[in-house]
Amino acid sequence: MYRLSGVTKHYRRGKQTVAALDGVDLTLADGDRLVIQGPTGGGKSTLLQMLGGLDRPTSGTVELDGTDLAALPEARLTRVRAETIGFVFQSFNLIPTLTAQENVETALVPLGLRAADRRERAAEALASVGLGERVGHVPAELSGGQQQRVAIARALVKRPKVLLADEPTGNLDTATRDDIMELLDALWREHGLTFVMVTHDPALTRRADRLATLTGGSLALTENRADAS
Amino acid sequence: MFLTYLRRELRRRRKAALVVASGLALGIALVIVVTSVTAGMQRAQDQVLGSLYGLGTDLTVTKARSAPADGERPERPTFDFDADEDGEEQSGERLVVQGLATLDAATVTTAAAQDGVARAAGGLSLTSISVDGQFRRGQVQQDDSSDGSATPPNGGPGGGGSGGPGGGSGGRVEGGGAAFGIDSFTVYGTDVTADGLGPLASSTLTEGRAFTKADTDAAVAVVDSGYAQQEKLAKGDKVTVGGTKFTVVGIATADSGQAAADVYLPLKRAQTLADAKDKITTVYVQAADSQQIGTLKTALTKKLPGTTVTSSADLADTVSGSLSTAASLAGTVGRWLSWTVLAAAFLVAGLLTTASVGRRVREFGTLKALGWRSGRVTRQIVGEAVVNGLIGGVLGIAVGLGAAYAITAAGPTLTAQLGSLGGGMGGGGMGGGMGRGPGGGSGAGAQSLDVALTAPVSATTLALAVGLAVAGGLVAGAFGGWRASRLRPADALRRVE
Ligand SMILES: Nc1ncnc2c1ncn2[C@@H]1O[C@H](COP(=O)(O)OP(=O)(O)OP(=O)(O)O)[C@@H](O)[C@H]1O
Ligand SMILES: [Mg+2]
Repeated sequence: MYRLSGVTKHYRRGKQTVAALDGVDLTLADGDRLVIQGPTGGGKSTLLQMLGGLDRPTSGTVELDGTDLAALPEARLTRVRAETIGFVFQSFNLIPTLTAQENVETALVPLGLRAADRRERAAEALASVGLGERVGHVPAELSGGQQQRVAIARALVKRPKVLLADEPTGNLDTATRDDIMELLDALWREHGLTFVMVTHDPALTRRADRLATLTGGSLALTENRADAS
Repeated sequence: MFLTYLRRELRRRRKAALVVASGLALGIALVIVVTSVTAGMQRAQDQVLGSLYGLGTDLTVTKARSAPADGERPERPTFDFDADEDGEEQSGERLVVQGLATLDAATVTTAAAQDGVARAAGGLSLTSISVDGQFRRGQVQQDDSSDGSATPPNGGPGGGGSGGPGGGSGGRVEGGGAAFGIDSFTVYGTDVTADGLGPLASSTLTEGRAFTKADTDAAVAVVDSGYAQQEKLAKGDKVTVGGTKFTVVGIATADSGQAAADVYLPLKRAQTLADAKDKITTVYVQAADSQQIGTLKTALTKKLPGTTVTSSADLADTVSGSLSTAASLAGTVGRWLSWTVLAAAFLVAGLLTTASVGRRVREFGTLKALGWRSGRVTRQIVGEAVVNGLIGGVLGIAVGLGAAYAITAAGPTLTAQLGSLGGGMGGGGMGGGMGRGPGGGSGAGAQSLDVALTAPVSATTLALAVGLAVAGGLVAGAFGGWRASRLRPADALRRVE
């Protein structure tokens, strides 16, 4: 489980200092699902980076299962990312020269699996996102929705504890968006993930059971009443 | 995954790979061409020097002929012809030492005894000058003036004959004269026991056999192929030198196309013919250690006062003409140019790789976000760069080999102008030059030699090229790897394009 306390992130831009996060406290239990919304520049992506161990806060602690990611040496942090955290990005971030299958395999490379196991697990993951027949295609040969499915397969193939998604449907049309959201919901339920997603989409925030709003680096939590049903 | 990723990158980004590779290829090809041309120049110079010395010879000992003292007549061959019979064919042949003063044969023993000398052999360089033709006796006419002077209408080409015989008293000689043809060729007395040392060492036997130890006093000769062709001599024919007939046992072809002599005889025979018993003109010295030639030269000079000790380095200094110009050009400008181009190619390859990493920030950032260690990302970049380098190496080697082959095939001719070294060099191949031989004292003017330029590519050069290709890749990879290692994974989330 996550326990963030007093997380502050300052970016220096010339003489100016921007407080992307300003004393954020947040606790997430295993299997929780949190949707983060907020105006542009509010600090949503920055918060996701803190959760994913991609960057360190200027001050404060980011505890994941009792370990402070902010204080972890780079090598251990890399290990945490490799084993525990799955990322899905707005612009998919697939390796353009690799096939869907190989893209998914890249997530298993740091785990030191045998090539045969890697291949098998990647194929399984692609099948679970409904892309069983498109394993040999490169990203340029896939639609946006298909590319994001590959990215989701890549995030989940390592069987992570945490799934972090930064506007995963931001580049997709509404029909595809609903497909992807359905898939993510199903996977979340199936794997018991801790799932944090950033989105601007009111259609998605309306559905969220726990909603965080980040404005100017400050976090406000709302429990959605619709959740009670 | 490393190889799959590498293969995919190279295949899908072929153009970028080719740009880096061809930059490196250009540099590598230039290095190959310059290195091989430089080697070819070296080979040409060695060939020039070898043609004078013979391979295996590191030093020669000679003695310059001293300038004639005032009033003393320089030694010249003289011909005495009787003019008894009108119109009778007359001929004479003289064997004279060519260009140099002679040394005692004991010099060879002294040189051989010197520390650091592996072997020493003596040689005697001679020129055979023969004159033949006829005299016509002048008609004596009664004349009042009776001054007794003979006035031949023309002295003949030889200049050696002095017109008609003195006229009788009280008469005038009219119409007396001489018509002579002059012929000369060079003869080299060779130590038959010194296999591979001496003037014949720079020739290859193309027919028959070489001298053997049994030939010490035999009437046998080895003839240069050029002279043999000119005189229509073949193995088994007789060649007359100094009135003695020698059986031709071998035909030798000079490696450089310029023979040391026309006819080679056993040393003892040559000494007898030239009336130079126990005399030689040149001592050929082979050093025990080719690194110690300078030291050995000093020691020999001290031990043999009055002589000139010459090393191939000294000779090389006297070589001028297009060969040495080209050699120094290849050595300086060529080398400078090729290393500059190579350095530029390395730099460009490095910058292009850095730029390509810059374009792939999101890709590498994503991999880092997925838990790839920096080292793994760097290894991937270096791997790509090294393969680019190897492709460049293969291209460069192909282009370089092609160019070197083209140069060898075209074989541009370079001329080596051999300067004088105080008459030192025993007169290699001065065929036919009548004016300089006997008369002139020092007698070693400029000699020019044509050598075809080759561009031999050695295994070392190829190894160097491969090494450079890998190095180029590593340099490029280091640039790119450095760029990637500074990449923060957070950038993966930031970058939107
Ligand atoms: N590397 C950086 N250097 C300087 N400033 C940065 C950097 N990254 C983010 N910022 C600033 O920090 C603030 C928060 O940025 P962040 O990307 O977290 O916002 P966001 O809520 O994700 O916005 P958006 O909805 O547009 O994605 C912004 O003002 C941004 O300009
Ligand atoms: Mg953002």
